[in-house]
Amino acid sequence: MREGKGEAILLPILSVFTALVVGAFIIPFSDPNVLAAKGFMETLSASWAAVRNAYSAMFTGAFGDPKMISAAFQAWQATGETKGLLNAFRPVSESLTIATPYIYAGLGVALGFRGGLFNIGAEGQLFVAGLAAAFVGYSITGLPFLIHLPLALVSGALMGALWASVPGFLKARTGAHEVINTIMMNYIAFRLTDYLLSGPMQRPDGLPITPNVLPTSYLPLLFAEPMRVHWGFIIALALAGVVYWFLWKTPLGLEIRMVGANPNASRYAGIRITVITVLTMALSGALTGMAGVGQVLGVDHKLVRAFSSGYGFDAISLALLGNSHPFGVVLAALLFGFLRGGAARMQSVAGTPVELIRIIQGLVIVFVAAPEIIRTLYRIGSSRKQKSAS
Amino acid sequence: MAQATLTQPRIRTWRDIAAPLFLFVEAILVFFLARGTAGLQSTFVLESKRAGVTIPGPELVLPTTLTIWVLGALIALVGIALMVREFKSINLIISLMVGVGILAFLVWATRDKSLNLTGMLVSSVVRATPIGLAALSGIYSERSGVVNIGIEGMILMGAFVSVVFASITDSMFIGVLAGMIAGTAMASLHAVLSIKYRVNQIVSGTGIIILALGISSYVHRAILEKSTELNSPGPAIAALPIPLIWKIPVIGPIFFNQSPIIYTLFALLIITHILMYYTRWGLRIRAVGEHPKAADTLGINVFRIRYISVLLSGAIAGMGGAYMSIGAAGRFNENMSAGKGFLGLAAMIFGNWNPGGAYLGALIFGFFDSWQEKLSILQVGVPPEILGMAPYIATMIVLAGFVGRARMPAADGTPYEKQ
Repeated sequence: MREGKGEAILLPILSVFTALVVGAFIIPFSDPNVLAAKGFMETLSASWAAVRNAYSAMFTGAFGDPKMISAAFQAWQATGETKGLLNAFRPVSESLTIATPYIYAGLGVALGFRGGLFNIGAEGQLFVAGLAAAFVGYSITGLPFLIHLPLALVSGALMGALWASVPGFLKARTGAHEVINTIMMNYIAFRLTDYLLSGPMQRPDGLPITPNVLPTSYLPLLFAEPMRVHWGFIIALALAGVVYWFLWKTPLGLEIRMVGANPNASRYAGIRITVITVLTMALSGALTGMAGVGQVLGVDHKLVRAFSSGYGFDAISLALLGNSHPFGVVLAALLFGFLRGGAARMQSVAGTPVELIRIIQGLVIVFVAAPEIIRTLYRIGSSRKQKSAS
Repeated sequence: MAQATLTQPRIRTWRDIAAPLFLFVEAILVFFLARGTAGLQSTFVLESKRAGVTIPGPELVLPTTLTIWVLGALIALVGIALMVREFKSINLIISLMVGVGILAFLVWATRDKSLNLTGMLVSSVVRATPIGLAALSGIYSERSGVVNIGIEGMILMGAFVSVVFASITDSMFIGVLAGMIAGTAMASLHAVLSIKYRVNQIVSGTGIIILALGISSYVHRAILEKSTELNSPGPAIAALPIPLIWKIPVIGPIFFNQSPIIYTLFALLIITHILMYYTRWGLRIRAVGEHPKAADTLGINVFRIRYISVLLSGAIAGMGGAYMSIGAAGRFNENMSAGKGFLGLAAMIFGNWNPGGAYLGALIFGFFDSWQEKLSILQVGVPPEILGMAPYIATMIVLAGFVGRARMPAADGTPYEKQ
């Protein structure tokens, strides 16, 4: 099925929009006013209020309060005071901070997709990579920033690569499906994390947390506190460019895409499938691992047992939504970052559980994967004629 | 020289070397266990004590060192046998020897102590149940050519919906039924996406998992946490002893004094086996999974068979979920499926897409699940987290087809397009 370039952009947007509309029908169920309302009209107006509250809280949570931002601007122009500005833009910074691991993990899974591999094990890879980065970060002392930080970054990425290349090797050598194996590696990674955090890498006070990494291994903040967005975000954007260049402008990238498109044909073309499969998984694991590394070195400065919640499946949604293209993934990750950032405020202000995001996410996957649903819904023909959205 | 008389080299692939080598390494590890156990005894208790009823059983008292040496020697001997002779069912032999190694480990762990083996096996069967149902669910779907990763999500929805309905109606039966319907509903989404819209089946399955996780967690947070009466189906479904035979020592408590859902699983295993291999329906399902085009040419409605198979798969997965919530835990917790669906798929592959083998795989997972708990009580000196890795590492070794590959249905994962 070929689709035009415009449609490649239009369909994901409509998918997200439709998912949000469906989400609007779900929000009222969590609202006490709606549940208490009697009669049809009362229920309807209470539902409308609930949806409006939830989505507007989500918007201000994601981007900041427009009034606060304009007030802070005026204060800054008048007095040169930047503190208000930092506070006003804090929600944006939070959303970008949340989006950062999404970019890494989404890039990793997308690279795997391009090579025909389904890396569902981002969750485990980012745990072990985070462990490695944390270990280098706290155990090696006396290094200057310029050596310590890169060392921690690279060791984390290498660990992720190593972890992911095991299923890659098994796939290439024995044909064992990488989906099951990456999931098994996830569970092994969780047990390993439990073990390390309850013993060898435990903080002296006995909590299941690693010691704090040294400041020489911190990923520096982009702005001042309280904006938490860090250099990991910039590195993620740069890596998206690198992945694009690698996949489309280098011979190795071509081989990866060839194996992904048609393994049999590439075998006849003389490509070493085993090497490429292991390499693809390793690169994918390095990228997803960076998601954990970024959280440890840029945000938490330590590794907590529950520092990741479902990045593995999120990453798959991102890669799909971004059409497995690095730049698409970045956009999708930003979208998810803003959704998640807004959802936290939606829960605290409007009382709508953040789990709403997961429903929206699931719907987005369904719609993106089956574009015919969206085409039928909005009556888009193959000639991209768009009629009014019902 | 003996070599000169060999017309065909014995060692052809790396697997021919790997299998004996693996056994030798295992034997050496087993021998290591015997160190420092001189004069100690391992006691295995076989009686069963549950709900105040004791079913007597003999007590096995083994000399630790001697038993370990015998088991280790057995493994080494089989390793030698593998080198000099060719065996057809090498997969089975390796699995058996891994079992022997685990037995040796248990003997070592129980040195100077006692372990209730019957209790361990009972809890293995209990823990294997959701995995076994998931595996069975996978067999139905994949035999017809639809990969079903979404089983995990179907289990979760089944667990969730069954709790709510069992709480409202006070009937476990209706709860289980509602769970099955919920699983079927999720499966119908998967079916429409993967059969009608020809979506990549792994993508669709992932979508199902995320949706199930989202819906169940959302409603749990939004409604069940406030109205806790909706999440209290009462105590877990009681065991139903089968008259007379439940008092047989060892076997009785393991197989004949369990939850009705476990009996249903046993029945389903037999029914599925008969259905798949001895009925026209089974032949059609397998034909559609192997070569849909040929099946279509012969007048079999490929889409219909696939729809029915995937829906059945969802119903069975939903029952697995109901077992987890109202059948065992007595309540719903967020994300309580905790990977059981994936383990079920691994068990299915282990069993080569056959019901019997898949259940064996599920039992192995159940065994490792309970051994982590029992061994941490025995304090063997190995961290429980490391012991907990065992089932997953075992899966990977088995899936790697250490000695031969599992053969999946040929059209598994390929959408069918009618010309």
